[in-house]
Amino acid sequence: MLKNKILISGNEAIAQGALQAGCSFYAGYPITPQNEIITYMAKHMPACLAGRQACRTGKRQVNGVFIQAESELAAINMVYGGAAAGARSMTSSSSPGISLMQEGISYIAGSQLPAVIVNIMRGGPGLGNIAPAQSDYFQATRGGGHGDYHLIVLAPGSVQEAYELTQTSFDLADKYRVPVMILGDGILGQMMEPVKLSVKKIKVNTLKSWALTGCKGRKPNIVKSFYLREGALEEFNLKLQKSYEQIRKKEVRYEGLFLSDAKVVVVAYGTMARIAKSVIIKLRSQGKKVGLLRPITLWPFPQAPFNVKNKKVKYLVVEMSYGQMLEDVKLAVCGLPARQAGKNQIEFLGRSGGGVPSEEEMINKIKQIL
Amino acid sequence: MEKIFFRPESLYDVPTHYCPGCGHGIAHRLVAQVIDELSIREKIIGIAPVGCAVVAYDYWNFDCSEAPHGRALAVATAIKRVHPHNIVFTYQGDGDLAAIGTNETIHAANRGENLTIIFINNTVYGMTGGQMAPTTLLGQKTSTSLEGRRKEEHGYPLKISEMLASLPGVYYVERVSLHSPQETLKAKRAIKQAFENQINNLGFSLVEILSPCPTYWGQNPKESLDWIRDVLQKEFPLGRIK
Repeated sequence: MLKNKILISGNEAIAQGALQAGCSFYAGYPITPQNEIITYMAKHMPACLAGRQACRTGKRQVNGVFIQAESELAAINMVYGGAAAGARSMTSSSSPGISLMQEGISYIAGSQLPAVIVNIMRGGPGLGNIAPAQSDYFQATRGGGHGDYHLIVLAPGSVQEAYELTQTSFDLADKYRVPVMILGDGILGQMMEPVKLSVKKIKVNTLKSWALTGCKGRKPNIVKSFYLREGALEEFNLKLQKSYEQIRKKEVRYEGLFLSDAKVVVVAYGTMARIAKSVIIKLRSQGKKVGLLRPITLWPFPQAPFNVKNKKVKYLVVEMSYGQMLEDVKLAVCGLPARQAGKNQIEFLGRSGGGVPSEEEMINKIKQIL
Repeated sequence: MEKIFFRPESLYDVPTHYCPGCGHGIAHRLVAQVIDELSIREKIIGIAPVGCAVVAYDYWNFDCSEAPHGRALAVATAIKRVHPHNIVFTYQGDGDLAAIGTNETIHAANRGENLTIIFINNTVYGMTGGQMAPTTLLGQKTSTSLEGRRKEEHGYPLKISEMLASLPGVYYVERVSLHSPQETLKAKRAIKQAFENQINNLGFSLVEILSPCPTYWGQNPKESLDWIRDVLQKEFPLGRIK
C-alpha cells in the first residue's frame, strides 16, 4: 500500500472528505446508490470527531452529530437546524430523495445557511431505477426549489476528486453562506479507486456570528427567510444576486484537454468526462484533433472557455441525459461576442434511464462531425 | 411602591399583529414569563412556526429560527443535538404539528428528543383564512367544511397529544386552556414544567394549549372563551395526559 493511499468507493470518499473538512453534523435517509455515505458517516463520524477540536461553534466545542432521519424531508430540515446552530452540516441522497428535499434547500438558500448536499444521481423520472444518470442537471443548476436562488454545484470526475471537492464544498458554503451540491452519479458513487488522503489541517470558520447559540452577551440572532415588509424581499434577493455574481466571477472551475488545436471539443462532466477522456486520448494517438472540456462547477457554468476565435471549432456534448447541460453550452456559445455568437456547431450524444454512451458511440459520433 | 407585574425581558415592547381576542399573544407572554423566571433567556433557541405565529421572533427577545411548515421538530432536533446545553423549544399550531408535520412530530417524540413543545390548538388554519384543521370538531363550520366537519368525509378530530403520550420516548404531555385567568395560570405552570423537564434532561415535553380564534370561529372574544369552556374542552379534556 502506498503511503496515505486507501482504496475506497466514491461514496466513501465523499464521506471521508466531509469528515476531514470538519463536518460535524450529518442527517440522512437511506436510498440507493448512495447508501455507503450514510453508513460510513454512522460508522466513523462520532469516533472521528470525539475529543478532537474538529468543530467549534462559537466558543463551544461539540462532537459530531449523526442522525438517521425519518425521511429526506426531515433530513434536509435537520441540516437546516445544524447549519443554523453553526455546525458544518451535510446530507446525502439520490434523485427521488433530492426532489423531496427541494423545499428545505430553498429555505437554506433563503436563510443564507452554509450546507452541503450530495446527490448521487440515479435514473428518473419517478422512482426510475438505480442505474447511474445525469438527468438532475436542470434541477441542480437552476436552484431546484422555489424562488430565485442558486446552489454552487460541483461535479467530481474521479474518486480522488470526489474526496477533494467535498472538502472544498464546505469552504465554499461557509465563504458565501450558500448551499453547495456535490453532483455525482451511481457509477462515481460505487466505483472504487485509490485515494491519496490529505494531511492538511482542517480550516473551520469559527466566526459564525450569525449562528444560533443563545443570546448571551449579544443581541438575539434570528435565522429566517421571511421578508414580509414591502420591498424587503426584493432588497434581500438583490443581496443574494450580488453574492451569486461574486461566485460567478471567482469560483468557476473546469478542466481543459488539448483545447488549443482541437477541431472537435467534447463537453462532458463527471463519469461521462472520464469515458470521453479515454476516447480523446485514443483518437489523439490516431492524429485526430479532438479535445475535452470538463466543467467542474456546473453552476456557475464555465462560459469563458467557449470564447474561442475559431468559428470552425465544433462541440460535442455528451451526457447521461437527453440534453440538459447542452442548454448551457448553447447559452455559452450564443452569448459570445456578436461576430462569433452562435457560429460554432453544437452536436449532442446522450442516453438516459440506465443507458451510458459508450466509447464506440462517442468515437462514431466524433468521426461523423470531424 | 414595589412593582409586582411587568413586561418580561423575553418579550419586546411592541404591538403584535394578532386579531382581537386571539390566544397567541397570551401564549407568547406565558412562554416569555417562564423563560425569565427560569433565567434561561440567554440559553434559549426558539423555533417559530409557519402559521399565525410565523413572526414570533419579532416579539421574543432571544435567539430564534424559522422552520418550514411542519418541520420545526426536525430543525429543533438538530439544534439541540449540536447545542445540548442550550434550551430549545418549538411553538407550533395544529396544522403545523398535527397535519403537515405529523411525521416529524411523531419521530422527534419517539426518539425522545430533549425538547419543549408549545402546541397551540385553535382548531383552524388561522393564517390562511380559517380552513379545517386536523383538530376541527365534528360539526364545526370552517371555510373548507362549509356544512361543518363530517366524520364520513373528513374523519375525526385528531388527538395527537394522546397519541404521543403512548410513545415510550415521551416524558410529559399536558393539555391546558386560555379560557379563564385560572386556566391561564395552570397553562403557565405546565409550560414551566415542560421547560424544567428539558433543563433536567428528562426528555420530550409537550404542552397543548386550547387557544381562542374568535375571527375564524365567527364569535366575539368573550364567546370564544365560553366556547372553549363549554364545547372544545369536552372533546379535548384538560389536564395531565402523561
